[in-house]
Amino acid sequence: MANAISILPDQQLAVLNDTYRKAVARKRLKVTLAAVAFFAALIIAAIGAEVNLRTLFSYFGNFISYFDRILTLEDGTRVWTNFGEWFWGWQKWLKMLGETILISYVGTLTGAVIAFVLNFFAAQNTSPAPWLRFVVRRLLEFARTVPGIVFALIFVIAFGLGPMAGVLAIAVHSAGALGKLFSEIVENADMKPVEGVRSTGASWLSCMRFAVLPQVTAGYASYALLRFEINVREASVMGFVGAGGIGQELVVAIRKFYYSDVSAILVTIIVTVFVIDITTGWLRGKLFGKEARA
Amino acid sequence: MSQLPKPDTDALRTKYPDVFDRPASARLAMPAMILAVFAIFVFGLVDLGFSPAKLVSGLSQLGWITVMMIPPDPGSSLPAYLAALGETLSIALLGTTLAAVAALPVSLLAARNIIPSNLLRFPVRRFLDSVRGVDTLIWALVWINVVGLGPFAGVLAIALSDFGAFGKLFSEAIEAADRKQVEGIRASGGNALHEIRFGLMPQVLPVIAGQVLYFIESNTRSATIIGIVGAGGIGLQLAEQIRVLEWQKVSFLILMILVAVAAIDWISGKLRFAIIGQRAIA
Repeated sequence: MANAISILPDQQLAVLNDTYRKAVARKRLKVTLAAVAFFAALIIAAIGAEVNLRTLFSYFGNFISYFDRILTLEDGTRVWTNFGEWFWGWQKWLKMLGETILISYVGTLTGAVIAFVLNFFAAQNTSPAPWLRFVVRRLLEFARTVPGIVFALIFVIAFGLGPMAGVLAIAVHSAGALGKLFSEIVENADMKPVEGVRSTGASWLSCMRFAVLPQVTAGYASYALLRFEINVREASVMGFVGAGGIGQELVVAIRKFYYSDVSAILVTIIVTVFVIDITTGWLRGKLFGKEARA
Repeated sequence: MSQLPKPDTDALRTKYPDVFDRPASARLAMPAMILAVFAIFVFGLVDLGFSPAKLVSGLSQLGWITVMMIPPDPGSSLPAYLAALGETLSIALLGTTLAAVAALPVSLLAARNIIPSNLLRFPVRRFLDSVRGVDTLIWALVWINVVGLGPFAGVLAIALSDFGAFGKLFSEAIEAADRKQVEGIRASGGNALHEIRFGLMPQVLPVIAGQVLYFIESNTRSATIIGIVGAGGIGLQLAEQIRVLEWQKVSFLILMILVAVAAIDWISGKLRFAIIGQRAIA
């Protein structure tokens, strides 16, 4: 069953081929230009960041050997051959780790409460006045864009060294991030219940409490849990600027070249982050079902 | 006023027993949870050394700092700050590109439709998870030990921590790709590499490009802070000015960061729409 493919006469074919070639050439030119622009940007960036390929290659060995060193105990054996020696400071580290988790817990909860109070003012459909909405939105944007660790640096000077500065920094940063997400949930809420409540003569506060809140709490809790996960990671570095938690131990270990301690603390942090990721994921699934994740 | 019919409570009660007589465990679950959340919170406050006195004095201190920050003023170091900002942008761009280039082949190994074997995929995924589980600042500290202080350490730190994130995101994009094109290539006699190059990549690349652009944007934020541990960029200036209590310069630097992040947001948003179209923004 041989199907003959009809071939157009040469004249017609030439026109079609020509158009096709032109279309492809235009597309290729566009891609090439974009690629050239991108490489130019990369080269400028490489000069700006003082990148030197030779240094990279000569230092790459250092990177490998760094991992080799942090995985070696002082007596020259591999770390996993002697767990007792590797995790010699586990009691202290666990305590600091507990502090880290507590910092992120208290910080996330405080931030979530602030975001909860502010988000009704920031959402388009529930805000009582446009100017209030504008002010609250800018405030949240500011809290979200300035990195948490910058707040921590400033708070360490205001509140003194210690976990308090870390908690407040995480709280401010989370309030900004959660406030935006919360207000987006509110904006997606069904407004019919609000009209229903308002028609009974209820105040703005009652509208929020009885019409909006029941629709949005699950979403709030889901986002807050997600934020907690992120904040545990963030709290693990708060110690770098003196704001408490396990970061303090890690920065000391790295700066003072206590190699095996570095790997031990890193392993502790990674395992904790895993455990928290899995636990909050499980909790979220259990509380709100799978679809509430989006 | 119309008279509503009185509800027949007993009949309703027998008809819907679980509405009227919820077991005590179901009724107590919510208050118990709230109580637990609150109890841990209070324990945390006590354990972390919160005290009203400290809070008040800190807040008044913070108020002073805020007053001293006004008006933002770079003094005579504006050129240095602009250079630092350029350094930060360079770090973000280079780090993200390096990470994307390195993550693409690895993400193929972590995708279920490329490597069906769980045994092979599992270690790759856990490896990516561990790289991602460590904060960028920690990687920056490690790299400073390896290549010394400076922006180069920052580039490598961003590259490494994004490598973990990209590996996961790319492999998810690959898993979501349509199988049919790949089958078509195989039917016409292409080998495994052809399948990936012509069947998979055209579907995956726009998604990946969108994610890379998004990460350049979010990395501008990360790059602003890695300077705090000495890995170059505007964070270095910021940390220094905070340490010497030059509050006007601090507020100027923070403003610069805000403006830069907003500008990058805007540009990468435009680029993203140009590459992948309006709809695929998720």
